[in-house]
Amino acid sequence: MGMAAESQFHVLAVDDSLFDRKLIERLLQKSSCQVTTVDSGSKALEFLGLRQGIDSNDPNALSTAPVNHQVVEVNLIITDYCMPGMTGYDLLKKVKESSAFRDIPVVIMSSENVPARISRCLEEGAEEFFLKPVRLADLNKLKPHMMKTKLKNQKLEEIETTSKVENGVPTAVVEPEIKDSTQVEIEILPLQEDLLLIKEEEQTLSTNNKRKSVEEGISTDRARPRFDGIATAV
Amino acid sequence: MDTLIAQLQRQFRDYTISLYHQGFLDDQFTELKKLQDECSPDFVAEVVTLFFEDCEKLISNMARALDQAGNVDFKLVGSSVHQLKGSSSSVGAKRVKGLCITLKECCDSQNYEGCVRCLQQVDIEYKTLKAKLQDLFNLEQQIVQAGGRIPQVDI
Repeated sequence: MGMAAESQFHVLAVDDSLFDRKLIERLLQKSSCQVTTVDSGSKALEFLGLRQGIDSNDPNALSTAPVNHQVVEVNLIITDYCMPGMTGYDLLKKVKESSAFRDIPVVIMSSENVPARISRCLEEGAEEFFLKPVRLADLNKLKPHMMKTKLKNQKLEEIETTSKVENGVPTAVVEPEIKDSTQVEIEILPLQEDLLLIKEEEQTLSTNNKRKSVEEGISTDRARPRFDGIATAV
Repeated sequence: MDTLIAQLQRQFRDYTISLYHQGFLDDQFTELKKLQDECSPDFVAEVVTLFFEDCEKLISNMARALDQAGNVDFKLVGSSVHQLKGSSSSVGAKRVKGLCITLKECCDSQNYEGCVRCLQQVDIEYKTLKAKLQDLFNLEQQIVQAGGRIPQVDI
């Protein structure tokens, strides 16, 4: 857990098609991301450290993971919708149900434009829904989402380092349960302002579906009014 | 007095434009070219190769399914054509994609004759595209070998 924080975003890409994996990998590399590709939802969960049979809500689950398992920082998961076995939607649900990983933004890709499918994914907490073929321009929308987890993880590292210094004994990683309101502005402001806001604000680790709370406050990406001056509920 | 390089470059440019105008390629192919750079200098060739391998495999699967006259697994045909439609769309193979859409419709309505006819067309079409892209890549190689740069072609 060194202080030399990686400046690159790490994206986990999930698709059963070799062709599509190659494409999304190149797209992400071209967008300056580090990429790991897997060909199934279950492999994605394995990579994250969530294995079948482990109760993802069990607070002890993390401690039962092998000690030598490096904490993998994933800033975004991008997954195909149509996959045999575990669909992208199933994967999305599993990630959002997990206390450890629910804050990782998830993006769904699909070759089919099915509005019911799209809204179901967004309601379940997907940040974006991309129609294939995905393009470079689409990936530019992802930077703000990835920035959030990156800065949050850095903050966690700072907290851990501080508490270690204070106590003089090694402490476990503390995940702050901050019950402040979600700063919905983060979702819609341009990137430069994002950085300032995110650095100053603390993020909610609410148990509620983040997308739902965002949607209650503002409309989705497709029609984005500025959320200026309206007090969020505390 | 045109140099060899200039001639080759012009040929390359003209040929590329014709492929777009004749509907063999669409702007997704242009997107693929954007992804090719010094880090991934053969990206387009690699993806295109994968695509044609997909074509061969999926068309063969569908042909086999359609061969079981009277007991055709239309679900299999449907899922294969869905995959092929996806990859042809992602590679910018416009004509192949169009034929896949038609094939999918035939499959959905379990139109056996239509499926057989359409599949034949898909087969012809992907092979045609394969030959044309091979010609294009050959031109690129010739330009590079002659010491020239491959021109950026704006469609």
